[in-house]
Amino acid sequence: MSIAASFEIEYLQYLDADGKLVRNDLPEFARDTRQLVELYKTMSFVRVFDGKAVALQRTGKLGTYASCLGHEAAHVAIGSAMHIDDVFAPMYREYGAQFVRGVKPREVLMYWGGDERGNDFSGPAHDFPWCVPIATQCLHAAGAAMAFKIRKEPRVAVSVVGDGGSSKADFYSAINMAGAQTLPYVSVIVNNQWAISVPRSAQTGAKTLAQKGIAAGLECLQVDGNDLIAMRTAMDYAIKRARHGHGGMVIEAVTYRLSDHTTADDARRYRPDAEVKSAWEREPLKRLRNYLVAQNAWSDKHEETWKAECEKIVDVEVNAYLETKVQPVEAMFDYVYAELPADLQEQRAQVLELEQARKH
Amino acid sequence: MAQVTLIEALTMAMAHEMAKDPSVVVLGEDVGVNGGVFRATVGLSDKFGPLRVLDTPLDETTIAGIAVGMAAQGMKPIAEAQFDGFVYPMVDHIVCHAARFRTRTRGRLTCPLVLRVPWGGGIRAPEHHSEANESTFTNVPGLRVVMPSSPSRAYGLLLAAIRDPDPVIFFEPKRIYRQYKEEVADDGEALPLDVCFVLRDGSDVTLVTWGAQVKEALEAADALAKDGISAEVIDVATLKPLDFDTIHESVKKTGRCVIVHEAPRTAGFGAEVAARLAEHAMYDLVAPVERVTGYDTHIPLFRLEMKYLPSVERIVAAAKRTLAAS
Repeated sequence: MSIAASFEIEYLQYLDADGKLVRNDLPEFARDTRQLVELYKTMSFVRVFDGKAVALQRTGKLGTYASCLGHEAAHVAIGSAMHIDDVFAPMYREYGAQFVRGVKPREVLMYWGGDERGNDFSGPAHDFPWCVPIATQCLHAAGAAMAFKIRKEPRVAVSVVGDGGSSKADFYSAINMAGAQTLPYVSVIVNNQWAISVPRSAQTGAKTLAQKGIAAGLECLQVDGNDLIAMRTAMDYAIKRARHGHGGMVIEAVTYRLSDHTTADDARRYRPDAEVKSAWEREPLKRLRNYLVAQNAWSDKHEETWKAECEKIVDVEVNAYLETKVQPVEAMFDYVYAELPADLQEQRAQVLELEQARKH
Repeated sequence: MAQVTLIEALTMAMAHEMAKDPSVVVLGEDVGVNGGVFRATVGLSDKFGPLRVLDTPLDETTIAGIAVGMAAQGMKPIAEAQFDGFVYPMVDHIVCHAARFRTRTRGRLTCPLVLRVPWGGGIRAPEHHSEANESTFTNVPGLRVVMPSSPSRAYGLLLAAIRDPDPVIFFEPKRIYRQYKEEVADDGEALPLDVCFVLRDGSDVTLVTWGAQVKEALEAADALAKDGISAEVIDVATLKPLDFDTIHESVKKTGRCVIVHEAPRTAGFGAEVAARLAEHAMYDLVAPVERVTGYDTHIPLFRLEMKYLPSVERIVAAAKRTLAAS
């Protein structure tokens, strides 16, 4: 027999768990420590926000919330590598990417606080909304990429899916389409090891999730998703080649979900404490902080000042969310169609009548 | 003016709109060089090229998902489902995304796509090629569900569907794709959505139907006329949102209503029409509402399928029962 095809999957890491450089080819953006500090500050802000959101849920001021604890490096790298004209198709916990793109924390809180207006966010108007049905967002991003190709626009579509989501047909369909049409599409699998209670090992027999892109004809890379420098380097590379017409790419960001799946979940039911404890040793903030401190670009004093600043900003956002008035009841009819069909006017009138009667 | 079949009218509408609006694209399986398995897209690839008449991988999930993504980013995709029975992998994208983008983003993102679905039985096709599944979609807020029943309505309603700012499920009764020709001007004039068409005036009984059964309903009206019974025939055309007023006005006049559809009876769209009559027209009715429908079975393979589909004979008998009742 001869070999019909062969492949290998490369793994990219710059910073080890302690924040020590493991390669000597630091990319240009990472040589500018001021830029790294800004990215670190965003990651740190996301963590403060996330903790506050969970606290709001626990005190009954927010609905079910999907935490992003432990994903900060992957998410901020994705958001900061994208151009504002590019299109982002998130799942439902990529706040780090979205804050970089202009989404406001109060809008995240509005969404999980039961108000559709959260999805009418301040980020790019073309970005897709949060996507709860698993992996469908991958095809929407591929569709956006198809539109860019037809219109000859130098734009790129990026979607995020989880390790569990990479089992779904929509994930495969999207990368398959991207391969067939050489689409400017980057599919990021944020592999946080757990799809609610089902571990990565039960999702697939594949050795890496990145290699799923091979079957679609895409370039693939596995990255230390807790290493901001590696993640940003991978995203820069993938987005640049997609923008220049070289097609799509699958990036597997290996990370760990340090939180419960959502606030409605209790991960202690299925996950050993020792595993979580060891994952905390590899978490993304600590290693970048250690690196920046070693470069004399960050200090305990900086840390303390910035944390206090984050708390202040988050408080303003939380208050803005809590003070937002509930939409009038007829708002449920406002955007079902571009214009309310005659057939729906009777139901709208019934709702209004009921509301009037309640008020009197 | 050209004499065209229903399917030629569809091609004409797509070509017209693609020439006029560069954001309109066609996608699906075999829609390119092959011109579609029913030839609905014949000639479009030559005119508009392989990017705007896109042969997709053989995956309905891809067709629907890509169409949703394109529509949200400023394109007007016309996606083809090839056959009614293959629409189910598309439902997630249509129901959870296409139908909801406008609502869940408060109008920031919309999804002006058309999903063309060759629909229904009676063409001696293999399994899964003869489904009448319109009520899979009529319960979904945010969608329009449209079904033409003649070449001119195919042209005018498809133009309207493409121009509509919201997602439209466009069912095409394939049994009458080539049944007859009609003069249709390629003038770009759309017909209104959200309204029923009264195809024949009558005073004794109202026959309410859509799609391929319009033919049987009109033939039943002819047969009834021979017995001195005057039947009004209404083509619903847009099932959702429903123009109940037109049906109600007719029933005020006739006092009797027979609803005819090919889909299974239970929770078929006829049940909605009957419920509206019960809510709003109880005192206008002089006889119980009748339904002539497919049975609550799977449509049989083709040796028996014509026994399943509503026939002129069944419609006439139902109409006569409403007259016997009062």
